[in-house]
Amino acid sequence: MRRIGYILLYICLALVAVFQIFPIIWLFMFSLKTNQEIFAGNPFAVPLDPKWGNYLKVFEGGIGVYFWNSIWITALATVLTILIASMATFAITRMKWKYSGLVLGVIMVGLMIPIHSALIPLYNMFLNVNLIDNPLSIVITYITYNLPITVMILLGFYTTIPREIEEAAIIDGSSIHRLFFRIILPISAPIMSTTVIINMIYNWNEFVFVNTFISSEKYKTLTVGIQNFIGQYMTDWGAIGATLVISVLPIIVAFLFFSNKIMEGITASAVKG
Amino acid sequence: MNKVMSNKWIIFLYTFPALLLIAVLIVIPLILSGYFGLMDWDGIGTMEFIGLDNYITALQDSKFWDSTLHSFLLALFSACSLIGYLAVALILASKIKGASLLRKIYLIPMLLSSVAIAQLWIKVYNPSNGMLNSILVGLGIENPPAWLADPSIVLYAIFVPIIWQYAGFYILIYYAALKNIPESLIEAAKIDGATPLQIALEIKVPLIMNVFKVTIVLSIVGSLKYFDLIYVMTGGGPNGASEVMASYMYKLAFSSYNFGYGSAIGFLLLIITLIVTVIIRKITANKDEIQY
Repeated sequence: MRRIGYILLYICLALVAVFQIFPIIWLFMFSLKTNQEIFAGNPFAVPLDPKWGNYLKVFEGGIGVYFWNSIWITALATVLTILIASMATFAITRMKWKYSGLVLGVIMVGLMIPIHSALIPLYNMFLNVNLIDNPLSIVITYITYNLPITVMILLGFYTTIPREIEEAAIIDGSSIHRLFFRIILPISAPIMSTTVIINMIYNWNEFVFVNTFISSEKYKTLTVGIQNFIGQYMTDWGAIGATLVISVLPIIVAFLFFSNKIMEGITASAVKG
Repeated sequence: MNKVMSNKWIIFLYTFPALLLIAVLIVIPLILSGYFGLMDWDGIGTMEFIGLDNYITALQDSKFWDSTLHSFLLALFSACSLIGYLAVALILASKIKGASLLRKIYLIPMLLSSVAIAQLWIKVYNPSNGMLNSILVGLGIENPPAWLADPSIVLYAIFVPIIWQYAGFYILIYYAALKNIPESLIEAAKIDGATPLQIALEIKVPLIMNVFKVTIVLSIVGSLKYFDLIYVMTGGGPNGASEVMASYMYKLAFSSYNFGYGSAIGFLLLIITLIVTVIIRKITANKDEIQY
């Protein structure tokens, strides 16, 4: 009886796993098929004669530009977010001043608000300073909107740093900048790596801001770029599949290597809210 | 020591970049949104102050109410599906072999961009060649529905990829919380003769209630501001059948160039989200915090 119960539970878990993973496997498979194979054959058929030409077609179509934009915008925004968030978290948790709680509260405003409520004024602001259709608008928006979550993840670690470390550094005649850059930042490396991963995923996948602020092809990132691509291929499923695979592959590869960090970051970013 | 650590200039220097960005790009736009909502404005020409007209229009706009209703339906679905995620997490956390691998598999969709998810599910739902209808036809079902083109089912059809996207996220959170429960409590219950089901429902679930409450807020507020996937999959259509608050606002502003009215809807979205957050927090407030 107990055995049957366990088997049933396993079947439940396995069904959920199939539901979660199968659409992705199906995507990989049809990215290597021709339309005839997709439309005539059954969806579970493995492409025995993989059509890598689909990928070639997509690269020749110019997806490389979007890919490169995604990489540099993600990287730049992530680095700056973490630097600015670390500085603010340091001042809030380690320095002694009256308004630290208030400042933290202001930073946390960004956690729950719907970005759509700020979208029109943001657009108007960027228009007035000529930053519409300029990747700078995307970078500074990403930095700003990821600051709250980054500060929140860093906060827990910063409050646990022993006072003795700071005291020793200050008594040795170290300046605060030296203390921050040479001691605090290095010892916060583990938690920083968690925030790096979270920021990278958010920035890589962001859609609304790019879709609203950027109109030139040469500045678009993958999320918006693949929209164009798919529009242009219309009914060529293989090419559409290849486009999607190219856009999700970096994240899936990152997950294979850093799954524990990613899961830690996602848990931290949710539960403390 | 204290003098060094309370240096006003340093504090200013370290918090200024974060505060400036948040003030200029989050706080001020939120306030401006309410202000722009008082204007008749196409985004390019001059603004004309029209008082509360946009807000009054919104209250009489059936499209706005429909999209609000859809957003709340989505929120209701999302909150209800949390129970399913909790059940999966409870099974997963009960010393199942391969739990760690399964947890990772569940999480993969969460890592993909909403655009990729939307495009993938457009293909899954494709009436003639999609994965779903291929399977249904294979099972002998004739004329399976055109999922995304049918106004009466499109909202439910969209909800499936949303579950798909977030299931792993909530399962992960519940699993982490369940793993934090001290083993001694479970052992004690076992010695007292509690069945696994009793342990799950009467010990584990109450102990992670705080986490569950946080996820209720997350899922409801997240649903109310949900946008990407719907915008890409259906653009709110057919004929507004899957329009939600954020997509309606976006359409008004960036397709119809009705920036004044769009701002008013955006501001209402903010107000609704805040009110709902406060109400859920009140309802789920801790009367007696469980400690262990």
